[in-house]
Amino acid sequence: MKIRLIDIAHARSGDKGDTANIGLIAREEIHYPILKKYVTAEKVKSFFGEMVKGEVERFELPNLGALNFLLHGALGGGGTKSLMIDAQGKTYAAALLRMEFEIEETV
Amino acid sequence: MKEPIRIASGQGFWGDLLTAPRAQVTKGPIDYLVMDYLAEVTMSIMQKQKRRDPKLGYAKDLVPLIADILPDCVEHNIKIITNGGGVNPQACAEAILDNARKLGVKGLKIGVVTGDDILGRIDEFRSNGIDFRNMETGEVVSTIADRISSANVYFGAFPIVEALQMGADIVITGRTTDTGLTLAPMIYEYGWNEDDWDKLAAGTIAGHIMECGGQATGGNFSADWKNVPDLENIGFPIAEAYADGSIVITKHKDTGGLVSQQTVKEQLLYEIGNPNNYITPETVADFTTIQLSDDGPDRVKMSGVKGEPCTDTYKVSMSYTDGYTAVSTLTYTWPDALEKAQAADKILRKRLQNLGLQFDEIRTEFIGVNACHGHLTAIPNPINEVALRFGVRGNDFESVERFGKEIAPLILTGPPSVTGFAGGRPKPSEVIAFWPALIPKDAVQPSITIEQL
Repeated sequence: MKIRLIDIAHARSGDKGDTANIGLIAREEIHYPILKKYVTAEKVKSFFGEMVKGEVERFELPNLGALNFLLHGALGGGGTKSLMIDAQGKTYAAALLRMEFEIEETV
Repeated sequence: MKEPIRIASGQGFWGDLLTAPRAQVTKGPIDYLVMDYLAEVTMSIMQKQKRRDPKLGYAKDLVPLIADILPDCVEHNIKIITNGGGVNPQACAEAILDNARKLGVKGLKIGVVTGDDILGRIDEFRSNGIDFRNMETGEVVSTIADRISSANVYFGAFPIVEALQMGADIVITGRTTDTGLTLAPMIYEYGWNEDDWDKLAAGTIAGHIMECGGQATGGNFSADWKNVPDLENIGFPIAEAYADGSIVITKHKDTGGLVSQQTVKEQLLYEIGNPNNYITPETVADFTTIQLSDDGPDRVKMSGVKGEPCTDTYKVSMSYTDGYTAVSTLTYTWPDALEKAQAADKILRKRLQNLGLQFDEIRTEFIGVNACHGHLTAIPNPINEVALRFGVRGNDFESVERFGKEIAPLILTGPPSVTGFAGGRPKPSEVIAFWPALIPKDAVQPSITIEQL
């Protein structure tokens, strides 16, 4: 079945220099394995494409049913250097929640 | 021993909701009010203010804010801890004392923590072999040494603990970690040791939850923002800390907002890196050990936190000047709103080129279309209106300033149905860039003094 990330997860994002972080959290416990299996660092990197110049790192927090992503080189230099309206990556969480993908499981 | 102690967040950043501290002090019982003022860019702004006037360099609005709540804090024995002292905690403390005197408060003790401001000592440290290598890029500091506009060591909770032990009712610090403000009263009240890693980590993580104020209690909440009650009256977070290191995150009754596992989780993940390795001066906290459970309405309990021994370095944050930016916005309406904005963008770029101006970067965004989410979003059709946001960055001040004179002419010499040019020509603003580095803990000593009425 096809799912939209926003239906199974919520998220918050912010900045550290030129790196954006996105905390992606399963809405229900049963959704965490889906996030872990399908929302890989590679998939997030290719999803954001040219918006992220550097690497994407992923960390797992099974205790919170959550994943933390670091998007390096995503903020146009970061801080007061960046010309982006979203220089602090505040809306990157919502951007990630736009992701849609096919899963083998039913939820 | 009092247990639990209730530590309330009053400000999550410099510029936060000004009514929050008074609400925390008056709407229910608390023992400590903690207020975080310092973002990285703040230190550089404060150094600039201090250069202009040696009596400035701290969060100025802190002074009337504390005067407003001080009588209540004295009456209910609420201690105040804040890093709003910026690069001049001493002057900040004196201004607060002046007000307290006028209010007729007797016997007030203010603890002042300094020693974090090392702007004047960089050369000394460098000649002693501390290289301040950039933690992120590995670059050597000599490339920016002549442009450094602030340099501060991140001290933690222990200098604040010392001030509390000396009897301080209010503690004013410079660059203290956001988390240390919340952790300090727990160490002080429960006598936690410097190697109680798990407890220190628990208090640190509680500090992380508290450090952005209303972001833990229903503000900026993505999971279910429509159903957060009474945001106009949002209650800021309170950490109810127990001696064993377990902590309940809550807020005052009869306030708006919401405390749930979801609101707490969103804040836990906010602006963290590797969750196994959250490094503070006191410990290295492991976010993957946090256990959350419901503890009644608007109450979430946190337990099970593990910490590792602290490192032997402090983080140093330096800021340096790195050119100029200017940004301006014009709004175009139907019909053909986007086409008009795109045409204006092209005209503007050509005019800047014809003028021979020098920029390192030019950026155009179309607000209402794709400014935030770029190619991830489909272009809406039809577009009612779109804001053309145009920005330049460069080292040549004259070029950045000259750019500012090219915006208003576009209204009469470009595409039609354009408006929204208020506020005058965009002025160049200085870029403040950051240089994160490390310094051995034994190279710097915090200084703790008490000012008394």
